[in-house]
Amino acid sequence: MKNLHLKNLRLLDPSRRFDGPAEILVENGRVREVVEGRTSGTPEGFEAADLGGLCAAPAFVDVHVHFRDPGQTYKEDIESGSKAAAAGGFGTVCCMANTRPVNDSVSITRYIQDRARLVDLVNVRPIGAVTVGLEGKKLAEIGSMVAAGAVAISDDGRCVMDAALFRRALEYARGFGIPVITHAEDECLCGEGSMNEGALSTRLGVRGRPAVGENVMTYRDTKLAELTGARLHVAHVTTAQAVKIIREAKDRGVAVTAETTPHNLVLDERAVIGYNTNAKMNPPLRTLLDQAALREAVRDGTIDCIATDHAPHSRDEKARDFDLAPPGVIGLETAFPVVMKLVHGGELTLLRAVELLTSGPAKAIGLDCGTLKPGAPADIVVFDPGEEYRIDAKTFQSKSRNCPFDGWDVKGRVKALYREGRKVW
Amino acid sequence: MKGFQRKDLVSIDSLSKDEILMILDTADSMKQILRRDRKKVPPLQGKTAVMLFIEASTRTRTSFELAAKRLSADTISLTPDASSLTKGETLFDTVKNLEAMQVDYVVLRHPQSGAAERLAKQVDASVVNAGDGWHEHPTQALLDLMTIRERFQKFDGLNVLIVGDIAHSRVARSNIYGLNKLGAKVMVAGPGTLIPPGLTGDSEYPVEVYNRLEDALPKADVIMMLRIQLERIGQSLFPSEGEYARFFGLNAARLKLAKNHAIVMHPGPVNRGLEIASDVVDGSSSVILPQVENGVATRMAVLYLLNRSPEAIRGDA
Amino acid sequence: MSEKRTLLLDEAGIKRALTRIAHEILEQGEDIRSLAFIGIRTRGVHLARRLSRLITEIKAIPDPVPVGELDITLYRDDLDTRSDRRVLQATKVDFDVSGHRIVLVDDVLYTGRTIRAALDAITDLGRPRKIELAVLVDRGHRELPIRPDYVGRNQPTRKDEKVRLSLKEGEGVDQLDLVSQEAAS
Repeated sequence: MKNLHLKNLRLLDPSRRFDGPAEILVENGRVREVVEGRTSGTPEGFEAADLGGLCAAPAFVDVHVHFRDPGQTYKEDIESGSKAAAAGGFGTVCCMANTRPVNDSVSITRYIQDRARLVDLVNVRPIGAVTVGLEGKKLAEIGSMVAAGAVAISDDGRCVMDAALFRRALEYARGFGIPVITHAEDECLCGEGSMNEGALSTRLGVRGRPAVGENVMTYRDTKLAELTGARLHVAHVTTAQAVKIIREAKDRGVAVTAETTPHNLVLDERAVIGYNTNAKMNPPLRTLLDQAALREAVRDGTIDCIATDHAPHSRDEKARDFDLAPPGVIGLETAFPVVMKLVHGGELTLLRAVELLTSGPAKAIGLDCGTLKPGAPADIVVFDPGEEYRIDAKTFQSKSRNCPFDGWDVKGRVKALYREGRKVW
Repeated sequence: MKGFQRKDLVSIDSLSKDEILMILDTADSMKQILRRDRKKVPPLQGKTAVMLFIEASTRTRTSFELAAKRLSADTISLTPDASSLTKGETLFDTVKNLEAMQVDYVVLRHPQSGAAERLAKQVDASVVNAGDGWHEHPTQALLDLMTIRERFQKFDGLNVLIVGDIAHSRVARSNIYGLNKLGAKVMVAGPGTLIPPGLTGDSEYPVEVYNRLEDALPKADVIMMLRIQLERIGQSLFPSEGEYARFFGLNAARLKLAKNHAIVMHPGPVNRGLEIASDVVDGSSSVILPQVENGVATRMAVLYLLNRSPEAIRGDA
Repeated sequence: MSEKRTLLLDEAGIKRALTRIAHEILEQGEDIRSLAFIGIRTRGVHLARRLSRLITEIKAIPDPVPVGELDITLYRDDLDTRSDRRVLQATKVDFDVSGHRIVLVDDVLYTGRTIRAALDAITDLGRPRKIELAVLVDRGHRELPIRPDYVGRNQPTRKDEKVRLSLKEGEGVDQLDLVSQEAAS
């Protein structure tokens, strides 16, 4: 492990409210010191790396990815997923439990971490299931999974429809100090829908998922969180109403956090026109009014972080007819340039954008990352906020190509990723 | 006068008013051919039309086959095992295989909305949408428009009432778009559960919604009854056949509420006694059989007008 | 390039030509009750009506000679190479062609392909006893073995020239012109 002296950079570390020229000293894989401004020389035993004026920040954190490993590794596995994360500037990711078999046990939780350790690229933290098999009937062995390394629990992909059971899950999880992440969509209302319900879904002849399905479930879950005092994290918020419900819950002091995706911030339901399966995901893209509310929410902190919900699917699966294609889009390798659109559009400051990708998610889930305070692991992302390029899905590290941004001209590029002082991208 | 310049017919939504009128005018001429002794003309000689009906329909398929044959085309019917193709995995492969055999037309009926549009983009053959999921059934709307025009000679100021399962009906959608484009006023009536979301919010195709048939009937010049699919009962969309027939069935008594000259239409097949009473089906206001005849003429017009010549595909004038 | 128009026939000239054709048709000595005209849309139809009226006058018969209107679009041999599909005009032949002596009428005979299509269209309507061809102008350049029985005027032309017939029924005036492109001097 080398000792590094990173110089000639602009450091953005929201965890310490720092934005400015700085230098970073990395010793034995950890941040020894962050020096403001410029220094003259490099200490002995340190290798100097001149970053040419680029930006550096704590490595991004994505608390919502699907690596399909075990069980569907033709779409993605822990190795390709880690590579995709690294290419996107993410040093820590949390992977959801809807693998095959479901991660509702210690063995799968351990497998994921062992695999990630072997791959040795980025930190992969498992999220355990709330219920056995994600069937929504019986609690999984949550305590054991946490002891084995799970950082949160979630039935994501599905919603725990039994309110009494979800209440118990919140109470139980509270005892183990982990948050419960909810995919808040009423399955009865949303059922087999493939896109946002409204005039457009009627025009296209596609079954819709009404916004009210997300709104009522978000309300239910925040009220249960309030009742139980447990920590709730709302995954992929897409509607203006859900934003309002979360804001009001936070105002009442409920321990709720929330995330939204890059695609919900820049796309709307019209991306589906032409039956584009690369714009199909659950919950779906909504209206421009919802998009505006989400943008406001990431600004004012109602939404704590951005998470990609990276959901790889094979080309053949996405080539199916619209109703039959599996929902989900990849996002690790496009999250940063897409978020930068809001920065370049004047809607977010760069520091806030970085916060949404670093300390925001880390705090929401309670992870020990997303910061470059002295002593923290030297997980550092280097990026150029102004570099213009065209997104080309063919060059992705991910095994899958189901990306709604393919061909987009964007500004803002991840240039390098360090993990514990070692360059992994 | 510039002629028709399209490779495919996928939707009414994508057609202009002039294009719709071109098709109707051509269909009028085609109808004459159907009435004479030798019911064949040569324009599609040597061309092949494949009937690819993933969703079964004897009546529509027969209508298209007849239309193709009357234009001297050769026809092939494929009704692949629905269960394997509804997984959506091999439709593209099926059609690419057909293309390798140099077919000129694919008439596609498919249970998935958007199937025809996707297919049209992927193959050089002319694709005719014979019904895709809930999305559109353009030739049904065209034959309906032809039938209405035959009776009324105009669309401006006409009130057309569509009754039934609007939410799941591609026939309703195509007609709503076509009637609006031609200047007619569209009303729909049905149980609240069968009116789709966002229908009244669509400013491009305004529609008046009625939950009581009796409120709409007095205004109607045309009453278009849609077929009720009995599977919908299982989905809690309405409680029973009896309820539906009682409140939304068109019987002789209700028909009397409509204007004297009102005509009754139905895309078929008819559920006698459910959405429409037997005596109305067979009565003097019914134009259900003329619809069937116009169906062949309309489909002949569509097959004749579509062109996959290289210039047409490129969009050159 | 400018257009040069040469007048070939004026109103009187057209009338003379049609009258002569009417007499020639009658000279065949056939039973007039089996005679019928079929005009090829659109100008052929106007000419066919005029011929029918002329014959009715000349022979002073009570019932006019029937006139049918033929649209040959569906029988064209160039449908594949056209980039657009023309909308059909109506074919209106209200009598049974079988057994009739049909005189097919068109304004300009050129390559002969239109007449070939018309023959196919008529045979799909029935089996005439005889089909003859009457044209106002034969401009040459046949591509098929088609010959007219009655010609108003023989007019040799170059392929880059156009023969343009205007009729009162359509353009408001009776006039036959030869139109050629002249290089600017």
